[in-house]
Amino acid sequence: METVVKLDLALFEGLCRLGDSTLVLGHRVSEWCGHAPVLEEDIALANVALDLIGQTQLWLGLAGEVEGRGRDADALAFRRDVWEFRNLLLVERPNGDFGQTLMRQFLFDAWHQPMLKALEGSNDARIAEIAAKAGREVAYHLERSADLVIRLGDGSEESHKRMQTALDTLWPYTGEMMASDATDCALAEAGVMPAPDSIRPQWEALVGEVLGEATLKAPESAYMHKGGKQGTHSEHLGHMLATMQWLQRAYPDAKW
Amino acid sequence: MVSVAQVWDWLSHVPDPEIPVISVTDLGIVRDVSLEGETVVVTVTPTYSGCPATSVINFEIEKALRDKGVAAVRLERRLDPPWTTDWLKPEAREKLRAYGIAPPIYGTRAEGVVAGRIKRLTGAALVVPCPRCGSEETQKVSQFGSTPCKAAYQCRSCLEPFDYFKCI
Repeated sequence: METVVKLDLALFEGLCRLGDSTLVLGHRVSEWCGHAPVLEEDIALANVALDLIGQTQLWLGLAGEVEGRGRDADALAFRRDVWEFRNLLLVERPNGDFGQTLMRQFLFDAWHQPMLKALEGSNDARIAEIAAKAGREVAYHLERSADLVIRLGDGSEESHKRMQTALDTLWPYTGEMMASDATDCALAEAGVMPAPDSIRPQWEALVGEVLGEATLKAPESAYMHKGGKQGTHSEHLGHMLATMQWLQRAYPDAKW
Repeated sequence: MVSVAQVWDWLSHVPDPEIPVISVTDLGIVRDVSLEGETVVVTVTPTYSGCPATSVINFEIEKALRDKGVAAVRLERRLDPPWTTDWLKPEAREKLRAYGIAPPIYGTRAEGVVAGRIKRLTGAALVVPCPRCGSEETQKVSQFGSTPCKAAYQCRSCLEPFDYFKCI
C-alpha cells in the first residue's frame, strides 16, 4: 500500500514539474505581447505562449485529478505560492533581450520535444495522450527557436554577441532538465515518465548541431544550478507570480 | 427520436468560429456522435491544446443541437488520437483556399527529428502556393500567423500577405 501512495505522490510531483514549467515559460513569453521587435515576432511569441498555457491546462488538470483534493488547473496555477512550484529554473529566468528569450526557448524546446516523445511511451495512457498532443505543437516551437538562434547567432556582429551572452547566461540552468532525484527515479522505475538523463543524448546532439551552425560556443564550466524541480526558486519567480496571480488572489473565483 | 445521421448533418452546418467558411465536421474535430437513451453524446477533439476557440466550439455545438430541439446534450473531450490536419475534408481545403488561407500540404508535419534537422531548417523551404494568384513564389514571414494553427506567408508575385494552415 505504501508504495502505491508514494507513486501517487511522485506522479503529482512529476505532473507539476511538467505543468509548472510550461506555465511559467508560457507566462514569461506572454510578457512580450505588444513589446516584440516586429509585429510578426510579437504574434509568434504570443502563439507559442498560448500553446504552452494550453498544455499547462492538460498537465495541471491531470495533476489535480491525481491529487484528488478538488484542485483544478486554475487552483494549482493561481493559488499556490512560490515554494510549491516545481518548474525548471531555466524557464523562470527573466526575458532579457529578444535574443535571450529565444535562446531560453531553444534550450527548453530542445529538451521539451524529445521529453514529450519519450512520454508518449508512458504506461499511463492519460500522460501518453497529452504528450502526443503537445508534441506536435512543440515540434513547431523547436523549428522556430532553432531557426532563429541560427539566424541571430550567425548574423550581425551585434546579434552574434548578444546570442553568445544569452548562451553564457542561461547555460548553467540547463543541467537541471537532465538531473534525476528520488521522484524522477520512482516515476522512471514505474514506467510512467522517462529518466531525465535518458533525454541527454538527444538534447546534446540537437543543441550541439544548432549552436555549431549558429557559430556559438557553449561555456566550458560544468557548474549547474538546481532546485527548481524541488521548489527552491530564484527571486525572479516570486515577482512573476505576484503579477500572474494578483487578480485571483485579490478577487478569488473572479470570472470574466 | 433523433438519429445519429441527423445529428451529423446538423453539425455539418455549425461553423468554426475562427474560420466561418468551414464547419466543425469539415475540420474533422467531431470524433463521434452517439445516443445514450435520450441524450445525444458528441465527442470533440481540440485542434491545438491552447486554442481559445475550443470552448466557443463546444458552446456552438450545444446551442445548435438545442435549437433543433434536442433537450439533452453531453459533450466529451477526446485527446487520443491527436487531431491532425489530415482530417480536414477535401472540400474544406478548397473552401479555405477560396477564403484566402493556403490549405495544409500533406506530409509536411514538423516531426522534431534531430538528424538532418539543420538541413531542413536552412535548406529547401516548403513551397506554399499563394491562395490568391496561385504563384509558387512565396516566402514564410513567420512560423506563427494570426493563430497557432497558421503560419504567416507573403506572395512575391502579387505581394499579398496570407495565412498558411500548417500541417500538424
